[in-house]
Amino acid sequence: MPDTRPLLRVEHLRKVYPSGRGEVEAIGDLSFTMMPGELLCVVGPSGCGKTTLLKCLAGLLRPTSGLVEMEGSPVTGPSPAMAVVFQEYGRSLYPWLTVRGNVELPLRHQKLSRAERDRRVADALDAVGLPQSARSHPWQISGGMQQRVAIARAIAYRPEVLIMDEPFAAVDAQTRADLEDLVRDLHLHRGISTVFVTHDIDESVYLGQRVLVLSHSPTRVREDLVIDLPRERDQLTTRALPRFTELRTHVYAQIQRAKRAPAPAPHPAP
Amino acid sequence: MTALGAGRTAPRGLGVRVAEHVLYAVGLPVLAVGLWAVWSTRSANRFLVGPGPLLDAFRRTWIGPAFVDDVLPSVYRLLAGLFASIVLGVAAGVLIGRFRPLRETLEPLLEFFRAIPPPVLIPVAMLLLGITDTMKVVVITSGAIWPILLNTIEGVRATDSVMLETADSYRISRWERVWLLILPAASPRIMTGVRQALSVALILMVISEMFASSAGLGYRIAYFQRNYLIAEMWSGILLLGLIGVLLAVAFGVVERRVLRWYHGMREVTRA
Repeated sequence: MPDTRPLLRVEHLRKVYPSGRGEVEAIGDLSFTMMPGELLCVVGPSGCGKTTLLKCLAGLLRPTSGLVEMEGSPVTGPSPAMAVVFQEYGRSLYPWLTVRGNVELPLRHQKLSRAERDRRVADALDAVGLPQSARSHPWQISGGMQQRVAIARAIAYRPEVLIMDEPFAAVDAQTRADLEDLVRDLHLHRGISTVFVTHDIDESVYLGQRVLVLSHSPTRVREDLVIDLPRERDQLTTRALPRFTELRTHVYAQIQRAKRAPAPAPHPAP
Repeated sequence: MTALGAGRTAPRGLGVRVAEHVLYAVGLPVLAVGLWAVWSTRSANRFLVGPGPLLDAFRRTWIGPAFVDDVLPSVYRLLAGLFASIVLGVAAGVLIGRFRPLRETLEPLLEFFRAIPPPVLIPVAMLLLGITDTMKVVVITSGAIWPILLNTIEGVRATDSVMLETADSYRISRWERVWLLILPAASPRIMTGVRQALSVALILMVISEMFASSAGLGYRIAYFQRNYLIAEMWSGILLLGLIGVLLAVAFGVVERRVLRWYHGMREVTRA
C-alpha cells in the first residue's frame, strides 16, 4: 500500500428534502471511504437516493448533516477535484458547441496555454476513441458517442474523482458493453478514481473493485463488498466466471432484501 | 389530367423541378399584377393606380435625392431602434429570466407597460425629447423591445437544468455561463422575438414620422396623400413593403447562421 490516506471520505451523510407532508429523508446515514485509484460502484434499489448521494459528493447539493471530505478537506461546493458524467448526455452536452468545444468547455477558465489546452482536448478525445469527431456537433453522432464525449470532457478536466451517474442507462446493450470496457480501460491504464452509480447489478460487479450496496430509502450502506475478480476483465470471459455469477447473485439477493425491508415512515413536520 | 398524372410517376429532371419551384414562387404575384393591370384600366377611381403609373412614380420619387433625404434617415432610425431593442431586451431578459425575485417583482409592471399601445407614447415622447431622431428611435424601441424581452425571459427560464448543473459542476465562470450557455440556449426564442420585433419596428418607424417629422418615409407618404399625389403615395407604400421584405431576408440569413445548430438538431430528431 503506497498511500493509505483515503481520497474521498463520507461520514454520517444525511440529506432531507422538505416536502408537502413533512420531510422526506433521501439519505439516512451513509459512511464510506474511497482510496486513490479505486473504481467504486454504488448500487441500490431504484429511488434509493443514488442521485442525491452523487450530487452531495459533487458539491451540487449541500447535505443536511454529515461530511464529505476530499483529500482531507470538506466539500462545500463544486470542486475542481470532481467531474460528473450525467445520465442524460443529450442534456449535458451543449448542442451549439462542437464536440471539441464541449470537451474544451471546462478548460476555458483555467489558465492554460493554447497548446496545453489543445493537447488536453486531443488526449481526452483520444482516450475515448473519438479523435475523428472533434468537429462534429453532439447531435450529429450516436448516443453512445455522445456519452463518450461527456466522458472525454470529464477526463480533460483532470479531476481526482470521476463521478458517473447511471451513465449508460440510456444506451443500447452493445454500446453499453463498449462503454463499460472504456470505463475499465480508463481505470486500469489511466488510474482514474471513479465512483460509478448504477442500478444494474451485473454492471456493478463487472466494473467495480468494490461494490457499495445501498438500502432502500432512507439510504444506508447495506454492504461494502470487495469484488475479487481479476484486474483484466472482458465481457465474455469475466461474465462467464463462476465467481462473477456468485457475486452478482449475492448482490442481487441483497438488493431484493433491501427492497422488501419496510421503509420507515417519513418524519412528520415539526 | 393524364399529362399531370404521368408527370407524377415518371422521374423528373432537375430542370423541371427548378422550373416548378420558380413557377410556384412567382406564379401568384405575376397573376395578381396582371389582374391588377387589367382592372386598373377599367376602374374610374382616381385614387387607385395601375402598376405602370405606380412604377413610373416609384422611379421618379425615390431614385434620386429623396433616397438620401427620406429613405436613409428612416432606415437609420429603424435599425437604431431595432439595435437598441435587441441589446436592451436581451440584457434585461437575461437578468429577469435568471433571477426569480426580480421576475416576480417586475411581472405586473411589465404586463402593464406591454399593454400600452406604443403609438400613444409618441405625443409624450415629443414633449420629453422634442421632435428629434432620438424621440423616434425611443418610440421604435418602446414597441419593438417587448417581443424580444418576453421571449428572452422565457428562453432563459427554460434553460435545461442538466446543462446548468453541468456548468455548476465544472465551475464555469459567470460570464462564460451567460455567453456559452444561457444566451445560446435562449437563442431560438430570442430570434423568434426579433422576428416579431421587425414588423413592430417598421410600423412604429412610419407612425412616428407621420406624427412629427419633416423628412422620412412616413412623412413623405402622408405628404403625398395630403397633396393628392396618389401614385407617389402608393409608391411609398410599395417601398415600405420592399424594406420589410429586405429586412426579413436579412434576418433569415442571420438566423440561419446563428441557429444552424438548432435547425440541424431538429432535423436529426425529426428523422
